[in-house]
Amino acid sequence: MNDWKEVANLEEIPRLGSRVVEVEDGTIALFRTSDDQVFALRDACPHKQGPLSQGIVAGHTVTCPLHNWKIDLESGEALAPDEGCTNVYSVKVESGRVYLQI
Amino acid sequence: MKERLVLVGNGMAGIRTLEELLKLDPDAYEITVFGAEPWPNYNRIMLSPVLAGEKTVDDIILNDREWYERNGITLHTGDPVVEIDRVSRKVVSRSGLEVPYDRLLLATGSDPFIIPVPGSDLPGVVGFRDIADVEAMLEAAKKYRKAAVIGGGLLGLEAANGLMANGMDVTVVHLMDILMERQLDRTAAQMLKKSLEARGMKFLMEAQTAEVLGEEQVTGLKFADGSELEADLVVMAVGIRPNVELAQKAGLYCERGVVVNDTMQTYDPRIYAVGECVQHRGRTYGLVAPLFEQAKVAANHLARIGIARYEGSVTSTKLKVTGIDLFSAGEFNESEGDETLILQDPARNVYKKLVVRDNRIRGAVMYGDTIDGTWYFQLLREGTDISGFRSTILFGQHDLGDAGHGDETRVAALSDDAEICGCNGVTKGQIVDAIQTQGLFTLDEVRAHTKASASCGSCTGLVEAILASTVGEGYEAQPSKKPLCGCTEHSHDEVIQAIKEHELKNMRAVMDFLEWKTPDGCASCRPALNYYLLAHWPEEYHDDPQSRFINERAHGNIQKDGTYSVVPRMFGGLCTPDQLRAIAEVADKYHVPEMKVTGGQRIDLFGVKKEDLPAMWKDLTDAGFVSGHAYGKAMRTVKTCAGKKWCRFGTQDSTGLGVKLEELTWGSWMPHKFKLAVSGCPRNCAEATIKDFGVVCVDSGYELHIGGNGGIKVRVTDLLCKVETEEEVLEYCGAFTQMYREEAHYLERTAPWVERVGLSYIKSRILEDEEGRRALYERFKLGQKYAQVDPWKERAEGKHAHEFRPLKLSA
Repeated sequence: MNDWKEVANLEEIPRLGSRVVEVEDGTIALFRTSDDQVFALRDACPHKQGPLSQGIVAGHTVTCPLHNWKIDLESGEALAPDEGCTNVYSVKVESGRVYLQI
Repeated sequence: MKERLVLVGNGMAGIRTLEELLKLDPDAYEITVFGAEPWPNYNRIMLSPVLAGEKTVDDIILNDREWYERNGITLHTGDPVVEIDRVSRKVVSRSGLEVPYDRLLLATGSDPFIIPVPGSDLPGVVGFRDIADVEAMLEAAKKYRKAAVIGGGLLGLEAANGLMANGMDVTVVHLMDILMERQLDRTAAQMLKKSLEARGMKFLMEAQTAEVLGEEQVTGLKFADGSELEADLVVMAVGIRPNVELAQKAGLYCERGVVVNDTMQTYDPRIYAVGECVQHRGRTYGLVAPLFEQAKVAANHLARIGIARYEGSVTSTKLKVTGIDLFSAGEFNESEGDETLILQDPARNVYKKLVVRDNRIRGAVMYGDTIDGTWYFQLLREGTDISGFRSTILFGQHDLGDAGHGDETRVAALSDDAEICGCNGVTKGQIVDAIQTQGLFTLDEVRAHTKASASCGSCTGLVEAILASTVGEGYEAQPSKKPLCGCTEHSHDEVIQAIKEHELKNMRAVMDFLEWKTPDGCASCRPALNYYLLAHWPEEYHDDPQSRFINERAHGNIQKDGTYSVVPRMFGGLCTPDQLRAIAEVADKYHVPEMKVTGGQRIDLFGVKKEDLPAMWKDLTDAGFVSGHAYGKAMRTVKTCAGKKWCRFGTQDSTGLGVKLEELTWGSWMPHKFKLAVSGCPRNCAEATIKDFGVVCVDSGYELHIGGNGGIKVRVTDLLCKVETEEEVLEYCGAFTQMYREEAHYLERTAPWVERVGLSYIKSRILEDEEGRRALYERFKLGQKYAQVDPWKERAEGKHAHEFRPLKLSA
């Protein structure tokens, strides 16, 4: 079982924005939506590995900056008609602190 | 409990309405559909290819039964509704089913008109309307040889062509002296007839059918003049009639069709009607594009959004007979006061006619080469003033300085493996396949499924042409009013106007006022709104970094590997040894893997890691550089030539003027990228005539050029005017730039903007209205007060540090 690790204060992630965190096997992107939920995805679009962390967040999706694929933040899946999926990581927010399970 | 919606008629218009409704509000209704035919919803306009043996019935099914199940729709096929009880609000089907409704949607379509002559009810007489008719014709083609098609219109000719493909000997019987008289003028009709005759089709013109001969089965036709024609199969294709029987019986007001208002409601507001059964503002429609427009409006109202209105459609027609290219739209027969432009080339079998009044297209007929049909149709619907390109309009859109894909004139002749979209590597075959198997009708749908024309957009015209030639009249041309994005019904112009008139000064206010459908907007509308707010309220609006595309948020160009490129500004392309040394040192210090001189006379440093950007900018700003904005929808560069100071041909100080122009305009955010150039003489070494704003110096002053583009589509500038002093150059430049900033749509470059609004309009604002010009210039300078804060310096000093710094894990 992986551990919960603290990565940030909620306020350190801009609303409708993201931050990245480097881990052993790559980069994880943390997204904060307008309803203050936080999601974590592997920072690579299933299409051509574009850095999702650099995309525009709207609702519970992020648009990849390279070719405009839309990725669902909850499932990591590309929205139709595109097909593909990127890894999702568990995140929790407790008293203003963001924890990542890795 | 959910309200109940019943749809009578399982055809294209009705199901399209449901699809639009499900998109808007999937859970609004419990939906029941009744269809008279035994099949699920199919693509009626593809019946001709089925008859011609080019497709099967399965190929043309648009929504299979699984689609109905998935969306919780109850479907009753082969069971038409025979009665509407408006008092107790229920429908009764032929099999006796009774289904109550809260809202009812009528989409009963139309019936083929059967000429009431003796014998018209004989076996062997069919219409051309549904799959059953097609099956009857295919059956007959196996047994018999001779067919007569009554009606030389669109439908009749398609039927005749299909029967010929099945080996029948076909004669088309037509009442008028020219074919397709509702779509074609005499010349085009004669060309059509000639090429159909060359394929073996026979014609009896000006022939009035008096009787269908035969006793148990059709044997022939007899005409008013007493002559006869032998036939084992008679297809009646003389027109369609809105099917109003059910509505009439229910006491709904009908004329030729079921009369509806602009929200597609009948005289009973609980009952809507769409499609061929409808009469709207006195008109009925038999083509699919208007039906889809109606569907959108009805769905909007059913979803209780209620802001959409149907205001009638202008229609265009294409004939779906393989190998014959034919297009018509609008008022193609000239009446008094019209002018006609004609291009006719008998050797190539090409004919194009445009009917024009007051420099606006009223109608078009084309034969042989129809590639520009969609373009003419667009000019027609939008009422575009064509005076600027009237002399070459008949040569087509690619003649308007389009050196991109424009010379691919015959989409139909392209092979399946021809690459259409060079950005995404999509071939014609893939596009056609997607259109047919996925049932696509719009450019947006084709883009979503294939990515064709979804990147740079230069092949949009080609993709539209493929769409048009694949689905024929089913092609839904871009609506004249195009919403900004899927989050709103409002167009760019409406959004801009609302921001201005209602003094909306932040994004929430715009979204609330214009009733945005999504809570946060999307990656399309947020950058647009951010720009509009910035352009109109420079003093009050605070830029929203989260609504910026990453390049503008990080002030560098993102590259495919996620690194960034850095371009320091070098005013007018001038530089000093010290500046070059500073750039070289920065490149060494941050291990820049590659450097390049750009087309805009700057130096590009590639491969910089995002977290290194602020430190690198600090070194650059310390050396006196500001951001080059090479990453933004912004003023990019002023390119210059050597000019009078050195060049033996130079007439003015082009470098000096270039520096002044760049000092005036740098930092300004724009609807799209914006480039300038100053050439010192008409040799034009700075290529000023393909820039958004170009200056060509001459001995007596400065020629100002606007709306050029060296990118996807090369467009040479239009000459705006000539001025005498540098001060005037700056004022006109600022005024033109501001006008573009305030009025163009986001992501619209000056070239298409100038074409859209017309050069004469721009001249009227910049040249003829001196006071207006000054005011524009003043507003530009006011905006610049806030825009000319170097973003690199700010970030080097710590602004938005979180953007560049990764988070750290703590145990």
